[in-house]
Amino acid sequence: MRVLRAGDAALLVETEDLATALRLNAALRDEGLPGVVDVVPGERTVLVMADTSADLDRLAARLPQLRLPADAADDADPVEVPVVYDGEDLDEVARLTGLSSDEVVRRHSAAFYTVAYLGFSPGFAYLTGLDPVLHVARRASPRTSVPVGSVAIAGPYAAVYPSRSPGGWRLLGRTGLRLWDETRDPPSLLRPGTRVRFVPEERS
Amino acid sequence: MIEVVRPGPLATVQDLGRPGHAHLGVPRSGAADERGLRLANRLVGNPEGAAGVEFTFGGAALRFHEHAWIAVTGAPVPLCVNGRECGTNAPCHVPEGALVEFGTPSSGLRSYLAVRGGVEAEQVLGSRSTDLLSGLGPAPLSSGDRLALGSSAGLVDIAVDFAPTPPLAETPVLRILPGPRDDWFTEDAMATLTSASYEVSPDSNRVGVRLNGPALTRARDGELGSEGMVTGSLQVPPNGLPIIFLADHPTTGGYPVVAVLESSAVNDAAQLRPGQHLRFRT
Repeated sequence: MRVLRAGDAALLVETEDLATALRLNAALRDEGLPGVVDVVPGERTVLVMADTSADLDRLAARLPQLRLPADAADDADPVEVPVVYDGEDLDEVARLTGLSSDEVVRRHSAAFYTVAYLGFSPGFAYLTGLDPVLHVARRASPRTSVPVGSVAIAGPYAAVYPSRSPGGWRLLGRTGLRLWDETRDPPSLLRPGTRVRFVPEERS
Repeated sequence: MIEVVRPGPLATVQDLGRPGHAHLGVPRSGAADERGLRLANRLVGNPEGAAGVEFTFGGAALRFHEHAWIAVTGAPVPLCVNGRECGTNAPCHVPEGALVEFGTPSSGLRSYLAVRGGVEAEQVLGSRSTDLLSGLGPAPLSSGDRLALGSSAGLVDIAVDFAPTPPLAETPVLRILPGPRDDWFTEDAMATLTSASYEVSPDSNRVGVRLNGPALTRARDGELGSEGMVTGSLQVPPNGLPIIFLADHPTTGGYPVVAVLESSAVNDAAQLRPGQHLRFRT
């Protein structure tokens, strides 16, 4: 674990891997250290943002001493995302991977996913666990508008677009599950460490 | 109630934003020049985090349908109440029915209006701020919009007549601290960053201040995994030109952060105008 400064009010903690980042994130949320305002996991980092009252040196010394939980993944049952696999890029993903469309769907819905971190837009979760055969580059030119609920993949990640937005990921299907609702607490169904499964649904 | 007669180039409701939700991909948002909003609120006896209006390049006109105490701070802007000139950085009484007009700021970019009692707008995740990146919060103000005012019951008395503030520098020198990824850049790059003059690009906004000037050279190739970003980060995309992240910046990013502004310098960065020159120093 390496603790770096990110300005005068935040620390960026580098971890050896994503699992450790998620465990540190879980420990920081449990601990509720005074002065800590935001805790933001990344791929192999956790950003700890403090308010101006916090003593960053003390905080930096404290972080490596935190007891990390053995496993940061949610104990709760995985969130099941029902998917109608009729995405615009399904055939192209099949072509790029040399699989049939049915096999793309089978592999996408067979995997167990974990939310690595959120970013890009509110509620947009980067899910790890995608079958390596399905790792395809994002589209050369992003769409200006991807519909809400689009189930997509890019590189090593899977995701569901929580709101309409531009986007360059490959669309495999769509879900009616509402991932983001700002009137809900918490507003995002998916949070760092949440486990996720995709469940094929008949066309509707 | 206040009626927006014209909003100027861009006017948004802002408070101190939505801290505590960054792990869900929610930008902090809030007043880009937080110091300006806090001062405006103090001048009219509000809590510092009450919602006000952030004006970009002035140009706005507001009709007050009830009397109110206001204060305008940030970019110094000619301010008229019913045609009579009114000072900035000072509480000012607006009679019912009066028209409040903002000219063009003589320096700086963003001016803040606080109204005693605060501006009412629907709260989203605990904040009334307009976030132009994520679309959370109220839409930017447009002509004909009406803003309700909060109650001034229980507020402290207005006790200060004028709050002198130092003038905004013509060529600001912003204090930076080495960033978490300064080792991704050559020593020359750091020397360049702290000695060269940069110019503010016209495609800057509340998300970030884009800069033109000498490109910073990377010491290593490869991709950085996405990581959390703070306001004031100088993120360097592949073209080598740093972007200063402001209030509506994305919560995570994959380009290395070469340096981070000192917290107080973020307010100065929020006042940079397109075409203006600036420098950085450690």
